Amino acid sequence: MDFRGVKGYFSWIYYQYQIISCCAVLEPWEQSMFNTILLTIFAMVVYTAYVFIPIHIRLAWEFFSKICGLHSTIYN
Amino acid sequence: MANPGGGAVCNGNLHNHKKQSNGSQSGNCRKNGIIKEDQQNGKPHCYKQIVESFEEPPLHVMVFTYLGYGIGTLFGHFRDFLRKCGIEKCNTAIEREKQRDFVPLYQDFENFYTRNLYMRIRDNWNRPICSAPGPQFDIMERVSDDYNWTFRFTGRTIKDVINMGSYNFLGLAARYDESMRTIKEVLEVYGTGVSSTRQEMGTLDKHKELEDLVAKFLNVEAAMVFGMGFATNSMNIPALVGKGCLILSDELNHASLVLGARLSGATIRVFKHNNSQNLEMLLKDAVIYGQPRTHRAWKKILILVEGIYSMEGSILHLPQIVALKNKYKAYLYIDEAHSIGAVGPTGRGVVDFFGMDPREIDVLMGTFTKSFGAAGGYIAGRKDLVDYLRANSHSAAYATSMSPPISEKIITSIKFLMGDDGSTQGLQRIQQLAKNTRYFRKKLSEMGFIVYGNEKSPVVPVLLYMPGKVAAFARSLLQKKIGVVVVGFPATPLAEARARFCISAAHTRKNLNTVLEALDEIGDLLQLKYSRHRKSMRREPYEETSFELDD
Repeated sequence: MDFRGVKGYFSWIYYQYQIISCCAVLEPWEQSMFNTILLTIFAMVVYTAYVFIPIHIRLAWEFFSKICGLHSTIYN
Repeated sequence: MANPGGGAVCNGNLHNHKKQSNGSQSGNCRKNGIIKEDQQNGKPHCYKQIVESFEEPPLHVMVFTYLGYGIGTLFGHFRDFLRKCGIEKCNTAIEREKQRDFVPLYQDFENFYTRNLYMRIRDNWNRPICSAPGPQFDIMERVSDDYNWTFRFTGRTIKDVINMGSYNFLGLAARYDESMRTIKEVLEVYGTGVSSTRQEMGTLDKHKELEDLVAKFLNVEAAMVFGMGFATNSMNIPALVGKGCLILSDELNHASLVLGARLSGATIRVFKHNNSQNLEMLLKDAVIYGQPRTHRAWKKILILVEGIYSMEGSILHLPQIVALKNKYKAYLYIDEAHSIGAVGPTGRGVVDFFGMDPREIDVLMGTFTKSFGAAGGYIAGRKDLVDYLRANSHSAAYATSMSPPISEKIITSIKFLMGDDGSTQGLQRIQQLAKNTRYFRKKLSEMGFIVYGNEKSPVVPVLLYMPGKVAAFARSLLQKKIGVVVVGFPATPLAEARARFCISAAHTRKNLNTVLEALDEIGDLLQLKYSRHRKSMRREPYEETSFELDD
């Protein structure tokens, strides 16, 4: 199969997504509804990751370094 | 052994003694690759290699399949909710308003799958055709305006669609030509209807001629023919076994066998598909423990199997089953609906395929629908069995006997196959079918599709798995003017939807190549090439080295 550039590749990926998730056999309004819900969930996941993951990593790093730091001061 | 061993299998040369078990998916007794068993039972002419494969798909395929069904189910519930609220019109049968409080007439949940999943892709089934089901046929074009709830014909026909779905193994179901002249004469003399049952006034001399010919063809003592193949099984098994008998039936038996077994009132026990170890275990238990509460010996033990299983493409392991039946003194009933005329060096079915003596099998049943281009069924065996059935079968007592032109068609077909008119055309057709089967199956496995069944069986199931792909596959092939049968949930396990190809001796090499090219293209488009034994996966290293050598 040769893809006509990037657009062809993406439309092939979209087609694969449609047949695997049974969207190809749903009526058009059901497809739109399903795509909307999926995109909404995906957007919420991305937003949550963007807001919370850096803060959690920083807190976890401080927590563990405090333990190791405390550990080393006791030993000193 | 690492996977490159799989390459030895896919170039068609299957003489390696390797049991392929891909570690990631083994752990169950299902065959997991290409298995070869040697049949050594002391008689040199019975030696036969059985090569069959039931490859398991990669894990992500099963995950996606269940995911697809899950989404379909969610939407099904949503649509049912809309229908119940009245927001959407309900097109299926529901009770009248006045009768809502009565005991429910229509089981809502059982039809859930039909209403919500099958209806959406229903246009791939029940397609009306308007010509003889030869290697090419014409399909009436139909469209649906309301998502497959109703259809209308546009008036056009799609001509010369390559037929990969009809059971026309020897190409004998064709339009009228000069060789069918005797059928015209019989039609002129006898007419079409018989208007009576066998036991009353419906036994014609044509039936006697046909029965003698069938007995000669199968090399048994006697045979009896019936008007309908399904009815042959479902109406004659109750005449042979009854209460107090035991039926051991294969788990993938056809509905007619299951119906006949249930109607008989005997106890039914199911053994794993084509698995003689499981059958032996059940036979041992039956002989040792007898009937359930009283522990009396079973009056009769009947083993119900088929010659070729149409959904799997597997051929029965006949020598082992006959050995078991002789050891435990059980009776054997083989339904050769798909194998008579289609396998075996002379086309005499699975008994001929293994080179065994038909007298070792107690009841040989078959149909004339698949290879003979007619309709109806037969039961053959010893003369006392057939005489008993003539008197005691429900079909003989109540069902109209076979129509005379159909009987004449079968007589003509059998004479053609046996070569009675002096030509070898019948044998050539059987050999052509074997060649076509071998070619088609080899090419399909080389391309990388998962194909089930024995390498010599003319029924070729190609696994599709996902319901969305099933619909896309059938529709795209019809657009390319190829007609296939796809099979989904109730007839196959939920996650194993498949497309079933039936090879015919009338298919030319050109037809098969057209189909194979289309399959290649659609397989790439829909990503259906799940098999781990692709030949193309091996080809690339060779091409690279050949470039280097060119320098």
